[in-house]
Amino acid sequence: MSEAVFEQVLEHLGGAALDASVTHGTLAVLLEPSGLLEAVRALKDTFGFDMFLDVTAVDWPERQPRFDVVWHFYSTHRRVRVRLKARVPEADATVDSLTGLYGSARYMERECHDMYGIAFRGNDDLRPILLYEGFVGHPLRKDYPKQKEQPLVPYRTSEAPK
Amino acid sequence: MTLQLPNPIRPAFDKGSSDSAVIVNIGPSHPATHGTIQIVAELDGERVVRTDVHCGYLHRGFEKECESHTWHNLIPYVDRLNYCSALINDFAYCEAVEKLMGIEITPRCRHLRTLLSEYSRIADHLTCIAAALMELGAMTAFLYLVTIRDYIYEHLADLTGARVTYSYGRIGGLARDLPEGWLKRLGEILDEMDTFTGRVHGLVDRNRIFIDRTRDIGVISTSEAINWGFTGPILRSTGAARDLRKDTPYLSYAELDFEVPVGIKGDNYDRYYVRMREIDESAHMIRQLMEMLPAGPLCVDDRRCTFPEKTLVYTEIESLINHFKLVMDGPQVPPGEVYSAQEGANGELGFYLVSVGGGTPWKVHCRSPSFVHVGGVHRMLDGYQLADIVPTFGSINMIGGECDR
Repeated sequence: MSEAVFEQVLEHLGGAALDASVTHGTLAVLLEPSGLLEAVRALKDTFGFDMFLDVTAVDWPERQPRFDVVWHFYSTHRRVRVRLKARVPEADATVDSLTGLYGSARYMERECHDMYGIAFRGNDDLRPILLYEGFVGHPLRKDYPKQKEQPLVPYRTSEAPK
Repeated sequence: MTLQLPNPIRPAFDKGSSDSAVIVNIGPSHPATHGTIQIVAELDGERVVRTDVHCGYLHRGFEKECESHTWHNLIPYVDRLNYCSALINDFAYCEAVEKLMGIEITPRCRHLRTLLSEYSRIADHLTCIAAALMELGAMTAFLYLVTIRDYIYEHLADLTGARVTYSYGRIGGLARDLPEGWLKRLGEILDEMDTFTGRVHGLVDRNRIFIDRTRDIGVISTSEAINWGFTGPILRSTGAARDLRKDTPYLSYAELDFEVPVGIKGDNYDRYYVRMREIDESAHMIRQLMEMLPAGPLCVDDRRCTFPEKTLVYTEIESLINHFKLVMDGPQVPPGEVYSAQEGANGELGFYLVSVGGGTPWKVHCRSPSFVHVGGVHRMLDGYQLADIVPTFGSINMIGGECDR
């Protein structure tokens, strides 16, 4: 049954899908960032992918464009998942926000913005969520050193406070 | 000495929408909210007008840390996501890696993982209900439920050597087989649990105070719950029988007889009742699995992930090298990506893994139900009383380790 849904989705997306495959039971489609909103609207309205599961990014520092932004959707009726991917360059790491379609995108886009510095056009609330106000950099980027510390409160030293 | 601490958050609003409004800050460390969470609420009298919920106080860089360890070494880390049902995290992660490696686990391992998942679900639901009831003043019910939870913890310590974070899953199998007499004790604990949950039903279900504090409080509809990404007991409390164990069966769930309990209107009372009923269903599943548990090997016979017998490591060179390579280089996972989800105690627990080949992941992302639920919890807080924040938040069962990662 899931294969039939996947075929319909691919047929609908047509030329917008740069690359598509079914791996481990999930349909994975690579899109141009500009075609995202239209594709997601079709997934939600035409094919019943009513649950927005997740958005994250993958950093490929050696590659141009540098980031993959990855979305997962689930249909509670057809019980299948679809993964959408779009590649964005570091200089313009911006994709469209899905907050207009799914409420759950609000928080998850904030996390992705925290961790990778991906900007979501249309999400007016990209305040830090897992990090704190004033944190510099994006820790899940590969060039952010794992050991780097940015304590919000200065560490105590062995000297007595003045 | 005065130390000016910078504010770690920027609230969404600092002025009330009317003259009589007051803005209060609840948390991040507050005795009545279990979990480190900050809620900035605008109040009109006792009524909550709007809320701005902040999490992240427990963020410890789980996903960053994962990128510099071998696939096996991550198992203790994933334990510490949802520490109320750590085994489910273990198995969900291991299943994701096994999908990437193309491994099919043995029947005994599959059944045992199912059994332990359900056992962990019971412990998680007991914790959630006990804490939520205690916050409403039901101390006796709390003690009844955590007594059973403690039996379960001690019993799991017999099996795994730890009470809370077990590190018991292995890629392609489990750490060790059941000790002698473990299943017999399991049956005793389940019987005792039935007695104690029966008492809690008697104390709470028709209790006027409990009903007044939970009925029609924190209501959410099915369509709104789906829009906000809610899964697990919260979605089921709205009346939608959505459960990954039924919808996309994994492990041994396709072979088991069980029901998916649902609520009527998605309020706090329904969430309490759905969890209580799920405990019964989990116990029912465990009893079936105790009968079904097949003999046979626990781990797959695959040198890419399973450690050789210790006696062989000490006596033959191939096994010694195999052991060494598995420890130093880690299991070799072919390039690829996978999203694999299991029904955690709180909802859909998904792992999105990216491998470029080799013994270390390129990316590990955890789709944690608690984080998504906290993102939509304001829909269940706004419009109710200030005092309702505590029971509603308790019914979400936000687990800081999983939410903030």
